[in-house]
Amino acid sequence: MWTICRKELADHFTSIRFLLLFCLIFMVALVSTYMAAENVHKALEGVAKPSHVFLLLFNTPGKFFSLVQFVAFFGPLLGIIMGFDAINRERHLRTLGKLLSQPIFRDAVINGKFLAGVITVALVLTSLLLLLTGMGLVILGVVPGLEEIARLAVYLLISIAYVSFWLGLAILFSIVFRSLATSALASVALWIFFSFFMGFVADLAADAVRPVYNRRDLQQVVANQRLAHAVSLVSPTALYAEATGPILDPFQRSTSRLLLVTPLEGLSLERFRGPLPLDQSLFIVWPHVVLMTALTLICFGIGYVTFLRQEIRTT
Amino acid sequence: MAAIIQTRGLTRRYNGQTAVEDLSLEVQEGEIFGFLGPNGAGKTTTILMLLGLTEPSAGTARVLGYDPVRDPLPIKRQVGYLPENVGFYDDLTGRENLRYIAELNCIPEPEATAKIESALATVGLAEEGDKLVGAYSRGMRQRLGIAELLVKDPRLLILDEPTLGLDPDGTNKMLDLIRDLNRTRGITVMLSSHLLDQVQRICHRVGIMIKGRLVALGTIEELARRKMGEAAGLDLQEIYMRYFKEA
Repeated sequence: MWTICRKELADHFTSIRFLLLFCLIFMVALVSTYMAAENVHKALEGVAKPSHVFLLLFNTPGKFFSLVQFVAFFGPLLGIIMGFDAINRERHLRTLGKLLSQPIFRDAVINGKFLAGVITVALVLTSLLLLLTGMGLVILGVVPGLEEIARLAVYLLISIAYVSFWLGLAILFSIVFRSLATSALASVALWIFFSFFMGFVADLAADAVRPVYNRRDLQQVVANQRLAHAVSLVSPTALYAEATGPILDPFQRSTSRLLLVTPLEGLSLERFRGPLPLDQSLFIVWPHVVLMTALTLICFGIGYVTFLRQEIRTT
Repeated sequence: MAAIIQTRGLTRRYNGQTAVEDLSLEVQEGEIFGFLGPNGAGKTTTILMLLGLTEPSAGTARVLGYDPVRDPLPIKRQVGYLPENVGFYDDLTGRENLRYIAELNCIPEPEATAKIESALATVGLAEEGDKLVGAYSRGMRQRLGIAELLVKDPRLLILDEPTLGLDPDGTNKMLDLIRDLNRTRGITVMLSSHLLDQVQRICHRVGIMIKGRLVALGTIEELARRKMGEAAGLDLQEIYMRYFKEA
């Protein structure tokens, strides 16, 4: 397994498409973070005692989007590009039969390729984050506290898990589809669907199952919203966005868009508005992280079963 | 001599169609066995079943005493399999391709280099070993394929159409190489082909497979006697055509 992993790593780092994508992501991230830093500067003028300034760097939108939104949107592309041809490229080169007639287990092939992808993703995201942190230090002139560093580390882990899901999905498609183009298109289609259209689908589903006849009927509206929210969580993109929110913003106390607050509760929330400690933030997003891991495992499981039962013909 | 490959009633069906039917066959240690038949006769399917790359629908196989369905790893450790139209990683050199195979077979370092060099020398590619495989000719690729098998010191070679698409010179070199490996190293060889004159040149025994069934098995002399009587010559082509018409 390690042999395969090592070869795949070498392949990733020498391939042109990886280098191109890497440069692209770096440039966009640099620009967006720079703009975010400028905005943070402006916003903080006149604020007496701001806290957790450093995290703002990552979730303040620049001109278009914040870094977190950027990773949520473009992270999948990284995973897809590294995984979509994992198995069917070997088929295409007619090396799969040869590879599997070596004394290795079949799952070692998938594991090695997945592991190599995850290591690459981890390296890319870590170096990206470190670079941006360095830039933030220079531009903002604020040194991040221990808790901020810990939050960034958690954010990094969740991001790696998120991209790994897409990597797993792409590898699954590379097993199921024999043609390179089909598996690439299938992954990209799913990516676009989850990123853009899942919101509409969730609303449609909610309207169909729990329609709102009367806008003023609170119960109907709440039921509708809850269902829409639940459906949208099928999308790993939504899961990721909600999971990273409370991690990078200690003031966020819930992942839900919809909070029922009585006037008195609202008053006390305003009064005692303070940042949550990291473990409490983690507690909020725990279900999301578990769900995301489960989705990855499901992809992997289907991939295993298909691959182990597949016949390996080279012609 | 012991049977190195043994199958009993080996059968493989694909959605109702039978690719290999009730195949019982033995290959003895030390021989070159030719597996003949037209395209689509089930030769490749049989080979895949012997290596555990496809599961049989019925019947059993034993390769080197192991069951390929339950216990494929010891088989793969000792058997070199050259698929039809073998592929390589074109962006690596010949040596790098061999090294990858050596690593997958867990051959430790000083030994691996020695084996790679000796394999390249055996197939006559020592000079071209550092070129990218993408630039290799078809004959060179096929010989590199054999070199990959030699790296792991196999007891048995299974070659699927090893001379397909080679020019006459390349074909001769390949056949000589196979015969040489069998004579000097005592490696058992099973090769499939639909090119009869080649099989006749190097094989000790042949099996003829048509439409998934093994219709004949034996030395070329035996088959000739059975089909044409004593008088006839030993032309495999004629023997084959007779079987083919009957089937």
